[in-house]
Amino acid sequence: MSSYDVIIIGGGPGGLAAGIYAARAKLSTLIIEKSRVGGQAATTEEMENYPGFFQGTTGPQLTQAMYEHARHFGCQFCKDEVVDLELEGWEKVIVTKQGRYTAKAVIIATGAEPRTLGVKGEAELKGKGVSYCATCDADFFEDLEVVVVGNGDAAIEEAIYLTRFAAKVTIVVIHDEGVLDATKIIQERAFANEKIHFVWNSVLEEIKGDGIVQAVAIKNLKTGAVTELATDGVFIFVGTVPRTEFLRGKLDLDERGYIPTTELMETSVDGVYAVGDVRQKFLRQVVTAAADGAIAAVAAEKYIHEEENFRKEVLEKTKPVALMFWSPFHKESLAAVPVVEEVAAANAAKLDLVKIDTYRNQRIARRYGVEEMPALLLVKGGEVAGAVTGPMSRDSLEDLIKSI
Amino acid sequence: MLELDKENFAAEVLEAQGLVLVDFWSPKCEPCKALLPGLEELAGRYPAVKFAKLNILENRRLAIGQRVMGLPTILIYRDGEKVAELSQDFQIEDVEAKLKELSA
Repeated sequence: MSSYDVIIIGGGPGGLAAGIYAARAKLSTLIIEKSRVGGQAATTEEMENYPGFFQGTTGPQLTQAMYEHARHFGCQFCKDEVVDLELEGWEKVIVTKQGRYTAKAVIIATGAEPRTLGVKGEAELKGKGVSYCATCDADFFEDLEVVVVGNGDAAIEEAIYLTRFAAKVTIVVIHDEGVLDATKIIQERAFANEKIHFVWNSVLEEIKGDGIVQAVAIKNLKTGAVTELATDGVFIFVGTVPRTEFLRGKLDLDERGYIPTTELMETSVDGVYAVGDVRQKFLRQVVTAAADGAIAAVAAEKYIHEEENFRKEVLEKTKPVALMFWSPFHKESLAAVPVVEEVAAANAAKLDLVKIDTYRNQRIARRYGVEEMPALLLVKGGEVAGAVTGPMSRDSLEDLIKSI
Repeated sequence: MLELDKENFAAEVLEAQGLVLVDFWSPKCEPCKALLPGLEELAGRYPAVKFAKLNILENRRLAIGQRVMGLPTILIYRDGEKVAELSQDFQIEDVEAKLKELSA
């Protein structure tokens, strides 16, 4: 079993950015990737909105550079798939198909995968003309005709990419004529492209073909009419679903399976972070995934440092420890600090005092269920042996110390 | 792994005896590249199976002729007959499971 400071699950842009920041902070860092690094970004050719890269940089090029960058700072990589995890507590265990690892902090960067339409013929004809990856499969369709389903940025960008190969690209759009979810600049390019045709107010009802795609049935939502369109391929870009099945029951997920996080990328479990497309967020792009990764790595570094300190100063002490929770913005707790300090100094032979500023660190207060301040816990051998909450008097503190 | 093209495909696959695994790939297909090291490793462990790869960029019609229109795709032939097919979202473990099943 190998131990690391930080283990990152998933090697897309979010995971790679986290790896760069964590490794550069001298944390021993491992990225576990089940396939090839780069994530979804490595399957897209067009990459023109990552700041600083607009002149022909491709998805695979950009993510390869991120991979080399992470390696440069000492981030380690392992090609394996996570099958189970134990996330609670200080030492987190990650079980993969081929091994077992422990980490102090875990960053989940498993991303998302293309959503399927769930229409008749889709599953049967996958790899037979039904595709979710234009760069993988566009070459098959040189001088042929294809249908694209979807109208967001990904769908329209990939449709434009496909016009370099296919003779005709028909985009099936659920909205009224002229309405696309894609951003304006991409819309304008699509409308100006002679190879692109639109079918409005419509959805795909069925994909037909005997061993290979031959036609699609398109239903007009306004009229209810179903028409058949002959085609050689169907490219589906209707959003994504997060890869979080393996996390069910281990941490909180939202109703769609995404991981809700704080601004620091913290999940519902201490020391576990989520970054990139797998996270509940507004904008899923390479640049936001990379930003998430940087934040999570710095937050994880701080977490590890604080927890290690707490273990050393409180949990692993043989002498009892008075653990005081206070905040500079809480009057009563501020008033209690000198009282507690004075009593602790007078009893320095019997106990140590550790003060937790809850403004800076709420995690430990939460863990001990401290809701009111000031609060003082007596910790012996890592266990809580007594408590005083509310206004602190010398007498109540002396009584607590006598109980040792 | 044996490199296939339209010159040798019939002889090496369709007219060959025993099991032949054909990996349909393209230099533009990242998931295909991810599979390659695993396939090479499997080739070492299954010497009775002929491992071959076909670059669809140079052999598009040949691939479509085998009804392959998406990557990555792995077809396994026995005595020239297609007996197994894996397409798009599969892992190297799935390839090995198929090989085990077919060579049993």
